[in-house]
Amino acid sequence: MAVAARGRGWVATAVYGGTAVACGLTVLWAITTLATGAAEPAALVLPVGLPWMGAHLRTDALSAFFLLVVNGGGVTASLFGWGYERAHTHQHTDPHHAPSGPVLPFFPLFLAGMSLVLLAADAFTFLVSWEFMSLTSWLLVLSTHRESETPAAAKLYLIMASVGTVCLMLAFGLLAGGPGDMRFDAIRQHAPGDGMAALVLLLVLLGAGSKAGLVPLHVWLPLAHPAAPSHVSALMSGVMTKVAVYAIVRVAFDLLGPPAWWWGGALMAAGTITAVMGVMYALMQDDLKRLLACSTIENIGVILIALALALVFKASSTPVIAALAMSAALLHIANHSLFKSLLFFVAGAVLTATGTRDLNRLGGLIHRLPTTAVLALIGAAAISALPPLNGFVGEWMLFQAILNAPALPEWSSKIGIAVVGAAVALAAALAAACFVRFYGIAFLGRPRSPEAAQAREVGTAMRAAMLIPAALCVAIGVLPTPLIRLFGPAVRAMVEAGPFDDRAYQPWFWLAPTSAVGNSYNGMVLLVVIAVLSAVLVLVIHRWASNRVRWSTAWGCGHEEPDPGALSQYSASSFNQPIRRAFGGTLLNAHDRVSMPEPGDTRPARLTVNWRDPAWTFLFTPVGTALDWLTERVNVLQFLTIRRYLTLMFAALVVVLILVAVVRS
Amino acid sequence: MIDIAYDASHLLGTLVLMTSFALLYQRRLFALLHVFTVQALALAAAAAWQAYAHDDPHLYITAVLTLALKAIAIPVALHRIVQRMNIQRTVEPALGIGLTMLAGVSLVTLSILLVLPVTEGATALTREDLALSLSVVLLGLLMMISRRNAVSQVVGFMSIENGLILAAVGVAGMPLVVEMSIAFSVMVAFIIFGIFLFQIRERFETLDMRRIESFRGESGE
Amino acid sequence: MITAILYQIVQMLLVLALAPALTGWVRLVKARLLGRRGPSLLQPYRDLLRLLRKEVVLAHNASWLFRATPYAMFTAIWLAAGLVPVFTTQLALAPAADLIALIALLGTARFFLALAGMDIGTGFGGIGSSREMMIAALAEPAMLMMVFSVAVLVHSTSLADIAAFMTSGMVGLRVSLALALIALVMVAIAENARIPIDNPATHLELTMVHEAMVLEYSGRHLALVEAAAMLKLLLYVALIACIFVPWGLATGQGGSLLAGLLSFLAKLAVAGAGLALFETSVAKMRVFRVGEFLGGALLLSLLGAIFLYVSRGV
Repeated sequence: MAVAARGRGWVATAVYGGTAVACGLTVLWAITTLATGAAEPAALVLPVGLPWMGAHLRTDALSAFFLLVVNGGGVTASLFGWGYERAHTHQHTDPHHAPSGPVLPFFPLFLAGMSLVLLAADAFTFLVSWEFMSLTSWLLVLSTHRESETPAAAKLYLIMASVGTVCLMLAFGLLAGGPGDMRFDAIRQHAPGDGMAALVLLLVLLGAGSKAGLVPLHVWLPLAHPAAPSHVSALMSGVMTKVAVYAIVRVAFDLLGPPAWWWGGALMAAGTITAVMGVMYALMQDDLKRLLACSTIENIGVILIALALALVFKASSTPVIAALAMSAALLHIANHSLFKSLLFFVAGAVLTATGTRDLNRLGGLIHRLPTTAVLALIGAAAISALPPLNGFVGEWMLFQAILNAPALPEWSSKIGIAVVGAAVALAAALAAACFVRFYGIAFLGRPRSPEAAQAREVGTAMRAAMLIPAALCVAIGVLPTPLIRLFGPAVRAMVEAGPFDDRAYQPWFWLAPTSAVGNSYNGMVLLVVIAVLSAVLVLVIHRWASNRVRWSTAWGCGHEEPDPGALSQYSASSFNQPIRRAFGGTLLNAHDRVSMPEPGDTRPARLTVNWRDPAWTFLFTPVGTALDWLTERVNVLQFLTIRRYLTLMFAALVVVLILVAVVRS
Repeated sequence: MIDIAYDASHLLGTLVLMTSFALLYQRRLFALLHVFTVQALALAAAAAWQAYAHDDPHLYITAVLTLALKAIAIPVALHRIVQRMNIQRTVEPALGIGLTMLAGVSLVTLSILLVLPVTEGATALTREDLALSLSVVLLGLLMMISRRNAVSQVVGFMSIENGLILAAVGVAGMPLVVEMSIAFSVMVAFIIFGIFLFQIRERFETLDMRRIESFRGESGE
Repeated sequence: MITAILYQIVQMLLVLALAPALTGWVRLVKARLLGRRGPSLLQPYRDLLRLLRKEVVLAHNASWLFRATPYAMFTAIWLAAGLVPVFTTQLALAPAADLIALIALLGTARFFLALAGMDIGTGFGGIGSSREMMIAALAEPAMLMMVFSVAVLVHSTSLADIAAFMTSGMVGLRVSLALALIALVMVAIAENARIPIDNPATHLELTMVHEAMVLEYSGRHLALVEAAAMLKLLLYVALIACIFVPWGLATGQGGSLLAGLLSFLAKLAVAGAGLALFETSVAKMRVFRVGEFLGGALLLSLLGAIFLYVSRGV
């Protein structure tokens, strides 16, 4: 057994090490491609795939940027996965109980599949890689098949992924159109007509949107993403959703030709609903990883809003503003992949240290996992869009783009964007509440279970894997301009302008986009001023006022110690109660039920919270019922006599002949 | 550049609209009547300002009529009726306050989106006056459908009428404004009396029922 | 550049020095309105100094976050207060942070304070934090929509530009601005934990928000938290003054510094008296009606943004 475990250890090191190196090299290559601004995109035709076409691969600035994001996530996920594997192999020497057994072969394949989607330059290769990515991620979700929730999650994921791929196939079929040439170059040549473009856009939104977690196609995401091991969850949530966004960008900005303004309107409506509903779902979750998965839905919504703005401004031929919105979208894509990976790693570390991801069994981890707690705080603050971290920079640019709404010609988009601005602000503020809850319940307060009280800090590899994205979150927040310049070529390729065009003076440490209305932002100055002021404050107060400390029991208005199980403490469900009462009743049909025992009865009082996702109530349950009904009807066909089958075939033949006759005439 | 006549009339029109929102926000009957008084005052001021700015003296009649009837007579009468009849003093919303307000903002957006493209050629003053008064009318309708209480429904109806008068006053050169406002006032008076006769009957019936129930000892209160 | 840095330093010290006086002034006027004599204007300074000299009592399970939060939060609010022009718009930090960044800085302070409220693990801290985040979830969008209305009119989110535009006499009576002002006042009342949202003068009441979060703080930590609350009140008054009544402010085109300072003091006095009058004339609201109050503020500011397009010139 021990030998087997050690053997597995070597294999794991080799797989994760190899993946990390490969991803690292790809990252370097993507950075050089973007930085040198290679004029000619590298292209490659492989003699595989369809015999008359081969597989076309190509990297332009856009795919280079997404490659950077995907493989950057791959590096840290490999590092974390290695540490995670070791921690769990130590805990369970029995290989049958090793929780991540079947992960190893599929992990590198999953990353390769995602990279291939980004490289594909014809529809066939794109769809094959897309399906490959879906299947490998599905197998990774299944790797935890012994947990009770996994099979259902995996089944739902498989259904949604298949539906999504069908939609994408139809979309590309329509794009390839009459000549049937599947190469992207050929598709670009003849842009489809108005109605056709609308249909393609709708199909892509359904196909890629279901992968990205667009409400109401998100239902599989909060189940499937958390079911995988944490480093895979990080990849699925932080990176794979970005590949889906890439598909939307590629089709809407590149393949479909010049946009009409209402494309952006449709995308914006979808994004707004996704952002607000996503954060509401996240606020209701008691499971650490499910909360993070729901928060991904919200961030995808924000990214889609930024993309929609870029599309609207591009359609109204104000490309510099479109460039600002596009930069906001790409920046938020990079940012989200960083802090979402970081937070999923944190969830993995908490799971390793305590064995649970239920918020109501955690608490007080800041004392037991000091390093993880600091890094988690950075992640939580960054995703809550607090300055001077990176989340805020993306939010700032998005809001600056929103402030340009009066430049648009249509009344409905002018007014619509104001409403969208309010929704973005609402989602951001709710996200801050969500992550105060996440951090406050899991890391602060008193432990709510013995596992949390006895947690032990995780190993060096896992901490290092968390440190990298945390450091990048701070670095991008303080100095965003170099990154925005780096992906400038991608922005230019999509909207034919850059965010800093026509600016004479362009310092690298100020963020001053051309169409930002009248102002600039500088995270570094803010950070330095905050640091200096706090240091002065601490010194002055400790030197001249008082630095004495007395440790005592908590006051809490007569708080009683001991309090076994920390019962008097606020729980995860009590924390979201005010927000549940303010928003939940309307949006999620949430209601609380209190069962209060009769006087003299010693049972504890119980509070049950019920809420229901409207996507299930209004979409999936009716669709499921309809499907059941339909299959039952169709089932009759199995039990016909031969004469009837022949009648059916004959009828079909006659109908086809009539059709032909009608079409001919 | 700064056109004070325009700005002031815009501000007064918006004040009327804001009081429509305030009407939606109220939960107590007397507060509702107070807010309605404020709306009538704002409307009277708007009419008077138009009369002054466009030098159109017969609009002063509308202003005075609005002031006398809607800001003084009707609220006082309603106050007394509510006190005499011992009517329940809450508004009894059929729809949550927050949802009603959200619906109200959507209606305002809708009316702006409707009016702005249609009236592309009109002067700025007319366009926005139409948008504002359409919003007031829609909010009044919303109020009538989202409140159960008869008094608040009457108030909703009167605010619809206020919206119509606002539109009539704002469009320069509209004929028969005064006649229209008089006719509306008479109609409102009739409706109020009609509803109150109905209300009185209903109230007494419920009171009787309660009394019977308490005699039988069935009432849980 | 040198003068801008000098002005910035003066501004930072000025807001620090004036903040307790404003709170003292509000308390004094309130006491007079209630027929009491009330403490002197200097009482908040004495309170803060006394707290600073006292020792800190920490709960056994207080973490470093609990101890660091007062400093982080105070600095964030102090910096934010330093960004709002009070006597001149020529400030060195102006290009580094605009109105959006200022709102986000206040958000940072709130984030950390809410976390600190949950650190000890008592019931009260949780009550305060969760309610504070609910209030913020509505107040912050209302603020941002206010910014939207103002920024679209002025074509800038920089406070210096806004003040310059407003003093230029090109504004006139604007409906959007009126709505934005009402929304901002409502948000300011909520964010500063004033009646009818919260009661700054009471403890141990189940409807409280801010005081519940800071219940475990003592000594110098409490002094910083209280001082930060005072600074925040000053900040909101200065913000309203700078956007809606910027007259007297020394802008790039001229205007004397002394006049700017004196007019700011006058505005503080008026705003403080107005706040005290308002607080004595309304009753505290149930905590779950706060959602409706702030939802109203959000919808008002949204309406203001929509009305931008109905009026002329945008």
